[in-house]
Parts: sequence; structure tokens; C-alpha cells
Amino acid sequence: MCGIVGLLVKKPHLREQLGLLMVPMLTGMTERGPDSAGLAVYTTPVSDLQHKLSLYRGAHAVNWSQLLAQLSNDVSGEHQVLVNGNHAVLTSTANPDDLVEWLGVQVPLVAVLSIGQSIDLYKDVGAPAEIAERYRFKNLRGSHLVGHTRMATESAVTPAHAHPFTAGRDFCLVHNGSLSNPHLVRKKLEPLGIEFETDNDTEAACRFFEWRLREGDDLKAAVQRGFSELDGFFTFLMGTDQELLIVRDAFACKPAIVAESDDYVAIASEFRSLAHLPDIAHASLFEPKPEEIYSWRI
Amino acid sequence: MANLNPGGASGAQPTLRADHQARQFDLAKQSLRDLNLYLHKQAAQSGVKRVRVDNPDGAHSVACGLDGELDVQIHGHVGYYVAGMNKHASVTVHGNAGPGAAENMMSGRVHIRGFASTAAGASAHGGLLVIDGDASLRCGISLKGGDIVVGGSVGSFSAFMAQAGRIVICGDAEDALGDSLYEAVIYVRGKVRSLGADARFEPMEGSDRDAVAKLLSAAGFKHDPSEFKRIASARSLYHWHADADQEY
Repeated sequence: MCGIVGLLVKKPHLREQLGLLMVPMLTGMTERGPDSAGLAVYTTPVSDLQHKLSLYRGAHAVNWSQLLAQLSNDVSGEHQVLVNGNHAVLTSTANPDDLVEWLGVQVPLVAVLSIGQSIDLYKDVGAPAEIAERYRFKNLRGSHLVGHTRMATESAVTPAHAHPFTAGRDFCLVHNGSLSNPHLVRKKLEPLGIEFETDNDTEAACRFFEWRLREGDDLKAAVQRGFSELDGFFTFLMGTDQELLIVRDAFACKPAIVAESDDYVAIASEFRSLAHLPDIAHASLFEPKPEEIYSWRI
Repeated sequence: MANLNPGGASGAQPTLRADHQARQFDLAKQSLRDLNLYLHKQAAQSGVKRVRVDNPDGAHSVACGLDGELDVQIHGHVGYYVAGMNKHASVTVHGNAGPGAAENMMSGRVHIRGFASTAAGASAHGGLLVIDGDASLRCGISLKGGDIVVGGSVGSFSAFMAQAGRIVICGDAEDALGDSLYEAVIYVRGKVRSLGADARFEPMEGSDRDAVAKLLSAAGFKHDPSEFKRIASARSLYHWHADADQEY
């Protein structure tokens, strides 16, 4: 069992309150996912010349200012680091692939959680409320977000196994359910040069969809193709810098409910995560139908 | 309705005025456990007949396991298993219900004024479940004798392996309706995308029209019973056929 939450605000002034609106959604899913939590927030994009990398140091000590000085020495470009607990967001004009390679050599124990121009990613083990407090989620601003609370059923409880998973640029996915053929998917993708970081089933789905996006599918087409390639139970919630998308498997085994108003689209596994939202009594409520793709653009 | 503190309710009295028979719970302030404990025990002891519940906000198992002639009115949306295992009581949800509404109901009545999520009325042995809106997948799965009337449409695999009881669907049905049915009977007014294994359309007899009319009347829907089609088991799966295609 797991909990998923998604929120996209339609009015620019609500972007300031994105985190504040979301925290009760995330903590509302604690019973569905008490062991880990995470979220991807899509912020105002950095400039065309820049990328952002969300970094996670876990319990390892990292002197970020020293690391930044060393980075400026080794890799040409302008670099900034914004630290938030044991996470940090590195913004840089350097090529992100070069940054990932450099980080891998200099600080191999620091994980790169996401790469993009809009996405910031936080995930960790612990109760959702603790994690929300640890990284001050209520202060997050942005147009939309994808969040998850995890109750692990098929792989270990570690920060790396927590959701969201990311692949490529500005793409993330959270999952409630379990896939029965993640290893087959993996065997198909690895010969194409796609590398996996964990043994988690959701990572296989994430990398499958991102591969399809790179091959030219739009997100809906990628998901459509996923129906014949991914076997198992799923409610998937996905984000790109422009879009929020939800889809459920043919049996709709895992719950999901959507509330849409003039101000927002809010998605959760259960209504109890939506009950606090402003003017929820007048929002349109519905459960996504099986194998129907619902998406909203910012 | 008097807004009395149920925790402070006095014991049963020989004669009660109407407003003494009603209580109100606010789940924003009072716990679900207090509510259900009250509905199970104190309500009967104090002679209370009606309980209003506000701000359920998607809580699970609201008014679950009731065993007395209570009228419970829930104002708002509820989560999993509302009125599960209901016996004798009448529970109305003025909102939507999460998965497993009225699951394993034994008797009484459960009314969902909005839509119901998956597995509404699953395994119900008796009583009447009314859903004004749509019901999601697996409505009435393994029904064991209860009646379900859905004002809207039902999702796929509804009435799967339903053993006894009746399901009236005023709207449409998605795929595999009545798969592996036993002796439950389904009446559908709208379109059926597909029937499940061993389910078949059968002619509507006078007794079917009477049954539909009574169920519609009990549920408060106004449709002409002759617009409904009957679906029941062809009973071809009741016995093992060695020659049948065993590929799955």
C-alpha cells in the first residue's frame, strides 16, 4: 500500500501557497505510507542556460561551500548551491551530464535525485509529517507537485527506494501498486544503455516512460504504450515541467480521487487528503476510470 | 436537531421527546472510535433513534458494524467501508463513499447520495444498498443475498461471483458484468459493454418486473421496470466439463 498526492494550481498567486496546501495532503496519506515520503515540486524554471540538480547526502557529511569552490575550480560555469537539510539544489550553467560525472567522482555518496530546469526533488525515510517538517515542505512554491507516502512491499526501505523516481529531465513518477514484470522491462531497457539505480519495480516504469519520451512519444502516447508493456497493479501519477498526469490499471485496484476547481487540480489516493482544501465543497470530484489517461497542463 | 454532547448523554428514559432521540457528532472534533462506540452501545441504551454525523472528511469505517434500529445521517464524504457489516440500521451518506461501502451488510439500509467507489455492497448477505450516483468496479462482488440499486452506472466486473440477491442498475455497465454468477440476478436499464463468463440475458417475466418495481420504489427511483433487462447465470460453470477448453 502507498499514498499518492498531486496538486496543480491554476492561478499564479496560488503558487506561493503550493507547499502549504500540499502538506496536509501528504500527511493525510500517512496510514497508507508510513515508512518513507517524497515529492517533486515544479518551480519557476531556471534560465535557458541553467539546470538544477537535486542532491541528497543522507547521513554523510558534506561541506557544500567547499564542494562549490572545488566545482568552480574544476568545471567552468556559474554554480550555486541551496541547502535544505541533507538535500541541496545545485543550479549551474554547466552541462548536467558533466556535473553528474564530476559529483560521482568527488562525492560518490551523494545521490543525484533529479535533473531539470524546473524540478526540485526531496525524498527520505521516515513518517511523512517528519519529512515535511525536515525539509519545510510548507514553504515550497511552484506550479505543481507530485508526492508519495510509501509502505514498502517489494523492495527495501531506503531513501533511494522512496518515491518519486526520476529519469531524464524534469520527469518524475510515483506509484501505488506493484508491477509483476519489472525485470522484463529492465532487460529490455538495459541493452539500450539505460542504467538503473535500484531494484525497485517503480523505477522500471519510470525509465520505460522516459525512454518513450526520448523516442518521441508524448506522455499520453508513452502511457498508452505502457498498457501493453507494464503488467501489474498501478495508479501512476507523473509530472513533467508542463504537465500532471494520472492513470490507473485496467482493474483500478488502487484508489484515486481527483478534485478540480477553478483554482486547482488536486489528486490523492483518498478523499481524506483533499478534505482540507479551500472550497473543496464546490470542487468537482471524480475517480479516474481504469486505463483512462487524465492530464492537466500548467 | 439538538446538538448534544453524546459523551454526556443521559441513560434511557421511559418516554422521550423527539429531540431527545437525536444526537449529533462532529468528526472534526470527536473521534471516529467515540462515534462508533456510541452507535454500538450508548445509542441503544439511551433510546436515541437518530444520529447526525458531520465532517467525516473521508474517514474510514464510519458507522461500521451497527446492530440496532438507528437512523444515521452522515453529511460529507466518507472513506473505506462505511456502514460495513450493517445490521438493522439505516445509514445515509450525503456525499460520496470510498471502497467497500456496506460491505458484508446483513440487513437494514445504506444509501449513498453521491457516487460509490470500488466493491460497493461486496458480500452483502441482506439489506438494501442504494447508490444515487455511479458505482465503480466490482459493485456487488460476491453478493450473498443483499439487494443493490444503482441510480447511475457500474464499473467492470460488477456482480462477479454473486451468489444470491439482486442488483438493479439504472444506467450502464462496463465489462464482464456478472462474471461467474451463481444465483444472484442482475437487472440493467442501459447498455452492457460486455457480459462475463457464464452470464446471459434472459427474458423479463412478470415476477422480474414486480421485483424491479419494488426495488426501484424502495430506492426512490422512477423508471419503467419494462425498460430493464434480466441477466442471470447460464449455470454452465456449475459442473466440471472434462471436454471444455481449459486454456486461460
